[in-house]
Amino acid sequence: MSEVRTLIVDDSSVMRKIVERALRQAGLDPLVVFEAGSGTEGLEQLRARQVDLIVSDINMPLMDGLEFLRQIQAQGLAPGVPVVMITTESSEEQVKQAIQSGARGYIRKPFTAEQVKQRVLPLLNAA
Amino acid sequence: MAVSLRDSVQMVSDPRNLDASVEEVFQLMLGVDCRRETEAEALRAGVELESVTAVVGFGGLLSGACVFRSGAQAAMKVAAHMTGMDFDEIDDTVKDGIGEICNMLAGAWKGKVPGLAANCGLSVPTVISGRDYNLHVQAPEFQLHHCYCFEDAHFVVTIVCDSLQ
Repeated sequence: MSEVRTLIVDDSSVMRKIVERALRQAGLDPLVVFEAGSGTEGLEQLRARQVDLIVSDINMPLMDGLEFLRQIQAQGLAPGVPVVMITTESSEEQVKQAIQSGARGYIRKPFTAEQVKQRVLPLLNAA
Repeated sequence: MAVSLRDSVQMVSDPRNLDASVEEVFQLMLGVDCRRETEAEALRAGVELESVTAVVGFGGLLSGACVFRSGAQAAMKVAAHMTGMDFDEIDDTVKDGIGEICNMLAGAWKGKVPGLAANCGLSVPTVISGRDYNLHVQAPEFQLHHCYCFEDAHFVVTIVCDSLQ
């Protein structure tokens, strides 16, 4: 697999590390990770560089993951780049909202590397 | 049709949901098996002066909170399992990890109750650490208070329900 440039957006630095580890365990190698601690930082990162994959938490202070998604669309950032949302929320309504806002995948915390692999790899292969 | 859980207190407060949530989160995120223990066992294991408490609020059909509390050593052990790093103090990474564990416990618990997953939101976690502090809850609708351990780490998870609509 060629280099996968991935933006991980989560207000928790621990979760960013866990997501990175899970992506590596899922076989994304070589993986280049850019981190953002908020939706706002995530948008700044996307203005500054191109990425192949975006993984974002939903439940974040200031700008949540759904608003981050809407802003990506509204500002025309990262066209065609798959966005996978990660959250503790499990309601169908939230999944629907995330998909409507532009997400291509959804992973519920807690998760295994295998679940990450199943959700993420098909998106990268299709991109 | 308006959703109500008012008549389902027994189902919502089923203690097995909390045990299953703890098992799921600790198994998947830390790779450890937790054992439920009695409060007496937890006390015998020793009470640390310094403790860490994480709180995630519930809002919507159920209002209340999920509270995770442990001693400093247990908190550092949880964070070490999550990150693969060693800790010798309660730093921001440890607090961050404990907040996330509490967040996942709250999400897993509400996800096990039909009707609650879609109608109850979670706050972002708040983490408190230090000595000589208490959390007070006034007359909850119900409360689940379970002690657990893995290896030599002991912790308590409490679900407090202030009101159920």
